[in-house]
Amino acid sequence: MASISPASNAPGMAISLRGVRKHFGSLHAVDGVDLDIPQGEIFGLIGHNGAGKSTLFKMMLGLLAPTSGSILVAGTPVGGRNFRAARRQLGYLPENVVLYDNLDGLETLRFFARLKGAPLAECPAMLEKVGLAHAGKRPVREYSKGMRQRLGFAQALLGNPRVLFLDEPTNGLDPQAIRDFYATLRGLQQQGVTVIITSHILAELQERVDRLAILVSGKVEALGSVHELRERTGLPIIVEVDLAPQDCHDALHVLHQVTGVKPAQTPSGLQLQCPREHKMAALAALTPLGARVQDLRLHEPSLEDMFFGISA
Amino acid sequence: MLFMELTPILTVAAKEFRDRMRNRWVLAVALVFTVFSLVIAYFGGAQQGQVGFRSIEFTIASLVSLVIYLIPLIALLLGFDAIVGERERGSLDLLLALPITRLELLLGKYLGLALALSLSTVVGFGLVAVLLWRHMNANALFHYGGFMLSSVLLGLAFLSLAVLISVLARERTRASGLAIATWFFFVLVFDLLLLGLLVTTGGQFAGDSFAWLLLLNPADVFRILNVFSLEDVRTLYGLASVVPQSLGNPLTMGGVMAAWIALPLALANWRFKP
Repeated sequence: MASISPASNAPGMAISLRGVRKHFGSLHAVDGVDLDIPQGEIFGLIGHNGAGKSTLFKMMLGLLAPTSGSILVAGTPVGGRNFRAARRQLGYLPENVVLYDNLDGLETLRFFARLKGAPLAECPAMLEKVGLAHAGKRPVREYSKGMRQRLGFAQALLGNPRVLFLDEPTNGLDPQAIRDFYATLRGLQQQGVTVIITSHILAELQERVDRLAILVSGKVEALGSVHELRERTGLPIIVEVDLAPQDCHDALHVLHQVTGVKPAQTPSGLQLQCPREHKMAALAALTPLGARVQDLRLHEPSLEDMFFGISA
Repeated sequence: MLFMELTPILTVAAKEFRDRMRNRWVLAVALVFTVFSLVIAYFGGAQQGQVGFRSIEFTIASLVSLVIYLIPLIALLLGFDAIVGERERGSLDLLLALPITRLELLLGKYLGLALALSLSTVVGFGLVAVLLWRHMNANALFHYGGFMLSSVLLGLAFLSLAVLISVLARERTRASGLAIATWFFFVLVFDLLLLGLLVTTGGQFAGDSFAWLLLLNPADVFRILNVFSLEDVRTLYGLASVVPQSLGNPLTMGGVMAAWIALPLALANWRFKP
């Protein structure tokens, strides 16, 4: 069972992990994770397959006992004597879950509501919330992948959970449904619900999470908001400058005086790799060119760039 | 995990039972039982050149030899994917993250399936009893009731083994293989092994101690239960001669069956990992 942790869990956190390890024989799936997620945060957990995300998820849900360390969810341990009360506070959508083909949408929700101790009267409203009100009486076997995913999400929302664990929740959703999904999450966040979310679609997460952790070989290698990670990783900003071919020479001349900027010629003008701290200097250097700069685009390093920078 | 609640057990059980009602599993199996029984009742003596209903005791004796193959197979096929099926579709983690213990989930699954199987058995063989009503006297009815009850117990014992298999196997295909192997072992191989043991030890191993080995097979327990309830039928079975009177008590044998139901389930609960 869990040994004495080096530091005690932070109070008032939706989720608090201290020195959490899970070893399967010689495999260290999770290798010393400390993590505090305050209430009302949308928190992303990313990592390569095998980085330990699922194991960490399972431990936070109380499905696996950690080899050592302590985990508090909504202030209580998820295992042990009070596990029922603790789990009523949780909503969980596993990755690629296949619900029961023989049940219809409403029956599925009623089944989970009964198990969760949530009022059955919640179920029709929940179907409505995820846009499945019209399909409540249809057997799940006739549902499309997106509809199944939405039903799974509705199931996770039953019983007003305080913490939501969503594993690849937007798998199979179309762009409109993804948008609706995150709108629902924002609404829940305003009610103080904490959301832990994993996704392989990093572009989708980077706009929507408050903070995230990058997990590499069972350890948290980076933790913070997307903005903070950008600052910390120090990846350059890419500036694309559209110029007529005859103006490139002048532009290169002024840019050479800005430290750290690495310009390269492209068919439409120049592309600059620019250290964050010299971004304004580079832009100022281009100002004298006036209208000769036809267009200009700034690209912040994406979460994907940072992810590969950190996990490589 | 120290205490048990009824609601989660009944919720899971109700879902499992409704599933089998809805996909007509219960109806189909009941019909199989009825049709096979009637065929046996009327044509069971064909090898001896007789066609038509003979006696209820002969009918029960024939039914015993049918049921001993059929019910274990049906029970194993019913239960082998109870847990591994949930595991494979990814819903096991979801269930176990709910306010339900593993034991409650297991018991819920088992009870729902047990109800479906028992209902099929009672309806299927009950229908036969109704159709053969005019051949039945009070004594025959009593024995037929005993046969039905022991058939239900036989099904429950093999269903318990099936749930154990579904906990142990990591994949559904492996579970189905294990289920078939279990059937093969208990229904076909076990008695041959015992017989082989008896012959190779030159009969020294015979007697009471040998008979106790029969308790290691729920199919044999079922046989003993029925053989001893029918005087006429005992003679049909060679086994009857090696079974001591002490094993003839239906209550004792019922208790052994109860152990065959409880032990695999307990083992399943012990080995159940998410």
